[in-house]
Amino acid sequence: MSLQATMPATSAAATADAMDAAWLAAQQRLRWRRRIMPLFGGAALLFVWWALVAVFQVRPFIAPSPEVVAITFYQKFGMLMQNLWPTAIEAVCGFLLGNFAAITLATVFVHRKAVDEAFFPIAVLINSIPVVAKAPILVLLMGNGLSPKIAIAGIIVFFPTLVNMVRGLEAVNPQAMELMHVLSATKWEVFMKLRLQTSLPFLFSALKIAASTAVVGAIVGEWIGSQEGIGALIIQATYNFDSALLYATVLCGSFFSILFFLTIRLIERFVVRWQPEGAP
Amino acid sequence: MAAALDMAQDAPPGGVTAAPLALDCRDVTVRFMSERRAVTALEGVSLSLESGSFLTLLGPSGCGKSTLLRVVADIVQPSAGSVSVLGRTPAQARQNRDIGFVFQDASLLPWRNAIDNVRLPLEVGGRRELPAGAMRPQDLLDLVGLSGWEKALPHELSGGMRQRVAIARALLGGPRLLLMDEPFGALDEITRDRLNEELLRIWAETGTTIIFVTHSIYEAAFLGQKVLMLAARPGRVRELVAVSLPEPRRLAVRESPEFVALAARLRALLETC
Ligand SMILES: Nc1ncnc2c1ncn2[C@@H]1O[C@H](COP(=O)(O)OP(=O)(O)OP(=O)(O)O)[C@@H](O)[C@H]1O
Ligand SMILES: [Mg+2]
Repeated sequence: MSLQATMPATSAAATADAMDAAWLAAQQRLRWRRRIMPLFGGAALLFVWWALVAVFQVRPFIAPSPEVVAITFYQKFGMLMQNLWPTAIEAVCGFLLGNFAAITLATVFVHRKAVDEAFFPIAVLINSIPVVAKAPILVLLMGNGLSPKIAIAGIIVFFPTLVNMVRGLEAVNPQAMELMHVLSATKWEVFMKLRLQTSLPFLFSALKIAASTAVVGAIVGEWIGSQEGIGALIIQATYNFDSALLYATVLCGSFFSILFFLTIRLIERFVVRWQPEGAP
Repeated sequence: MAAALDMAQDAPPGGVTAAPLALDCRDVTVRFMSERRAVTALEGVSLSLESGSFLTLLGPSGCGKSTLLRVVADIVQPSAGSVSVLGRTPAQARQNRDIGFVFQDASLLPWRNAIDNVRLPLEVGGRRELPAGAMRPQDLLDLVGLSGWEKALPHELSGGMRQRVAIARALLGGPRLLLMDEPFGALDEITRDRLNEELLRIWAETGTTIIFVTHSIYEAAFLGQKVLMLAARPGRVRELVAVSLPEPRRLAVRESPEFVALAARLRALLETC
């Protein structure tokens, strides 16, 4: 580096270009391997499953073989989608509401220590009640519609996001805080320019977990009392010993979970572009 | 620099209203209380500094160098004594953007590219406009030798380059007092030497007053017009050493007999702190 720091090489030698190309190609190969390997893993597991069912001649109502599940999935696709729809709405609404409440409360906690001291222990207490215990209470309170399931999904995502968001908002570099003070920044400016961005990696690690737990919350809510939805279908299939439908339903739910997770990760890639320093 | 020094000396004949001192500390004492013990970080520190001068602070670890800078920048309140920055209180000087601060780690915001980091002071503390004729963020990046790196994110820059960005940010708005707390402490020797020379150039071009904390005797002697030696436990002034090396200084001055003698004297002093 000279006094005038060197510019990014514009007229690099051809050999350097070739090396860059080779490096990029190697990276590309690695990336594809990372994408393809899970498919091999999945195929191997499917084979083991199929072999176990075939060799031990497991009866279909105890455990179906993979091809039966696939056929059921295909034949009952319309019905599965019809039931996925309410579950998806509940999970997404719960996700949005629960996280919004958690982020808001975390913001208040960070700025008003007294509120933190008053309500954090209560949040811990409510969080320690298992979902299966909270769910019936909410169903009694809110009836049989979508709202109790949304509430359960919201409550289930609320706590992890609250904890992570508080941690993230407080993870600011102390020297950056001093810098803001020297610049006479207001609390609002410190929040908007410093705390929020610092918290994003923490927030997204909570949101990625929340994407799957919100679906779990919606399904548990449907178990307590519902005519439709993935949860209701699971109960129905179990009582009818329709194990093929049960497996297909579970698959359908997890596909949605994965899709939800990947969406959040995509947003994270887009929003958090800098190298996170002390990211969780 | 010459211009700035002249300004300080250009008091009207009869000298009633001389330009205010860049810094005037009287009997500054700072005590930190914690649950387990109380620490006296500074005790009875008095110091005055003319506008446009370059002071280096030297002393053993824990002698209160950072604390002194923090008091001047209104980050820490003194327990006793008075501080005046350019004739105002530190809080007024801070609000007036008279003070620029460069921290030991560059403390750039990692999500902002170089030029947006330099621009930060314009976006907080009441969205200030740059005074007419003041150096714009781009000019400052040019000044610290980072033309072409405007769009680079901090993690794409080397430690020395990050520190230059931090200096450019501290210079935005033309602060009249620049406080630097071991800004080059984490850099390798070569980079540090280059930045030292460059800092003297920037000081000459901007005419700002600089207080520079360092652990390095050579850095203190090379940069400062005066070296303030602090002693530890409690932090107090050990001695104010005037540096009579010729200006403008180049790195080669460090081989001169005067410099070697000065460094030896500072080292001997430091050992008694
Ligand atoms: N916020 C604080 N709370 C309690 N004690 C503090 C605080 N800041 C500094 N001190 C104490 O004050 C003394 C002086 O600290 P200071 O950071 O000013 O030293 P320093 O000269 O900058 O040291 P170094 O060269 O290691 O950076 C130390 O004993 C330190 O423990
Ligand atoms: Mg220090």
